[in-house]
Amino acid sequence: MAPAVLIHKLQKRYGTTDAVKDVSLQVEAGEIFGLLGPNGAGKTTTLRCLCTLTQPNAGTLEVSGISVVENPRLVRQHLGYVAQEVALDKVLTGRELLELQASLYHLPRAVIKTRINTVIQLLGLEAWADNKTGTYSGGIRKRLDLAAGLLHQPDVLVLDEPTVGLDIESRVAVWNFLRQLREQGTTVLLTSHYLEEVDALADRVAIIDQGVVIAADTPSALKDQVGGDRVTLRIREFAPLAEAEQAKSLLQTLPFVQEALINSAQGNSLNLVVAAQSDALITIQQTLQTAGLPTFGIAQSRPSLDDVYLAATGRTLLDAELAASSSRDPKAERKKNMR
Amino acid sequence: MSQTTIPPKPDLEPENMPLQPGRSSSPVSVGASSSLGDFVQETTGLTRRLFIQLQRRPTTLVAGVIQPLMWLVLFGALFQNVPQGLFGESQNYGQFLGAGVIVFTAFGGALNAGLPVMFDREFGFLNRLLVAPLVSRFSIVLASAIFITTMSLIQTAAIVATSAFLGAGLPDPIGIALVTAIVLLLVLGVTALSLGLAFSLPGHIELIAVIFVTNLPLLFASTALVPLSFMPRWLQVVASLNPLSYAIEPIRYLYLHSDWSFASVVMQAPWGAVTLGIALLVLVGFAGASLVAIQPVLRRRLA
Repeated sequence: MAPAVLIHKLQKRYGTTDAVKDVSLQVEAGEIFGLLGPNGAGKTTTLRCLCTLTQPNAGTLEVSGISVVENPRLVRQHLGYVAQEVALDKVLTGRELLELQASLYHLPRAVIKTRINTVIQLLGLEAWADNKTGTYSGGIRKRLDLAAGLLHQPDVLVLDEPTVGLDIESRVAVWNFLRQLREQGTTVLLTSHYLEEVDALADRVAIIDQGVVIAADTPSALKDQVGGDRVTLRIREFAPLAEAEQAKSLLQTLPFVQEALINSAQGNSLNLVVAAQSDALITIQQTLQTAGLPTFGIAQSRPSLDDVYLAATGRTLLDAELAASSSRDPKAERKKNMR
Repeated sequence: MSQTTIPPKPDLEPENMPLQPGRSSSPVSVGASSSLGDFVQETTGLTRRLFIQLQRRPTTLVAGVIQPLMWLVLFGALFQNVPQGLFGESQNYGQFLGAGVIVFTAFGGALNAGLPVMFDREFGFLNRLLVAPLVSRFSIVLASAIFITTMSLIQTAAIVATSAFLGAGLPDPIGIALVTAIVLLLVLGVTALSLGLAFSLPGHIELIAVIFVTNLPLLFASTALVPLSFMPRWLQVVASLNPLSYAIEPIRYLYLHSDWSFASVVMQAPWGAVTLGIALLVLVGFAGASLVAIQPVLRRRLA
């Protein structure tokens, strides 16, 4: 059976910038697949190519074995696309929007009413469905958008940053809903720049950076591949750099310490990579004590997805976010996404 | 956000789970109904949206009806005392002006047709339509055209009724049908151009600017307010190239002559007489040319 989504060597240029340079991924039927990366990594562009909103420059895209470029209309029937920015007509009620959606997907007239009631119920929109969408809060808007994306019962639901800008309650509600969809067999492809979202939801994840997929696997396999444990050490709440340097060179001599970095953004705390499951904390504290250095706080953990990202790109996701947000031009991007 | 945003626990009972993905059942609409049926369904849905908007926000229509009536009453009064016969065969300026107001109003409405589409582009609503498996994306354009045409006809009816009330009389029934056809042709052509602009200009600011610089000049360079004979030679040439004149003059003629025929001369252009039949052909040509001219843009944006 063909994979739900197959993307092979996708390339997309806008003017002189390569939005997507080399993206390949395969989403199996029935799984939640996460595309993780900082803003500007090419996630949205990848989805726009998949959903026939923009033409790729090179590469193949298939949905359930159907070529996106050659047979876009058929692909559109199989896909449900929920964009990052919820675009509703604020004058219509939720139900009227769903009715419009039903006519755009040519649902048989006999089933429209029940189908709309079903998605309204499924997303808990009963109390809002007959109000104008202009009165909705962000969470309700998103839920109506999800309902619209599901109305024609797509094989694959494609979600671009499904919880950006949502409060925590709404976010958890969306997460639970997506898990429930998976249990019913719907394939979900979502992008996110939230580590915890991908970690919590995705069966498999592809990490994308600057238009290139740099790693793809299950979250736990990716973490295992990075190897080692992470130790975060704070000598003082705000340690002077000299003291941090001293501690760093001291700890680097320990056999189980594989890497040591000073994080100046967090009061010159030390980030160490140590051999997995080693009993590192006691030895570290003793070493510091011998040298007359205090310990403000110390913690050991398994590697996170962020460490996976760090190992692959040499920077944390947060750093990449910051770098991206200062170099991006939101206005130009809006233009780019306009049709 | 309030507590109320948490959805009630969705019902997971198997018999209440009709939202199973369509793996067993074939995807919607494949072969379920004819393409034509699907096209009608999507066009109806899109048109319905525009009429719901109109119903909930009737301001545009109300203003669109009041404005031409103000033109008729106020602008008509402005030249009320000009000597009779100055404006051709019309008995008074109000009667002369009626045809101009009908055409100018329809023209203005059609010129604005692209604005809602532009806002849909800017707000991303258009993407919702473009990811849907529309039989033809021409349905998006058609829905706008149906809506604008209906608006124009309502406005025209209001103007015709008011001018009749003000003493301008009425064309005969076939004449009224012809007036309607003339308005529809002009609206179709201008709506097409406006939609073409909505898909090719970068944003609504630019579109509004284009509307702004097109609207009044085309009014003044037409026979809406004064007859051709009033104009200097160069403006006569311009006005005789203006499609608005080819809509105004036939309507004016129909108002004044119950014994019209397609060979009746309705306008004396600098290069010769224009008959009713020719004016209609010009309008058909204008609408056709506009529709053809925007095809490349629509294909590029909506392919």
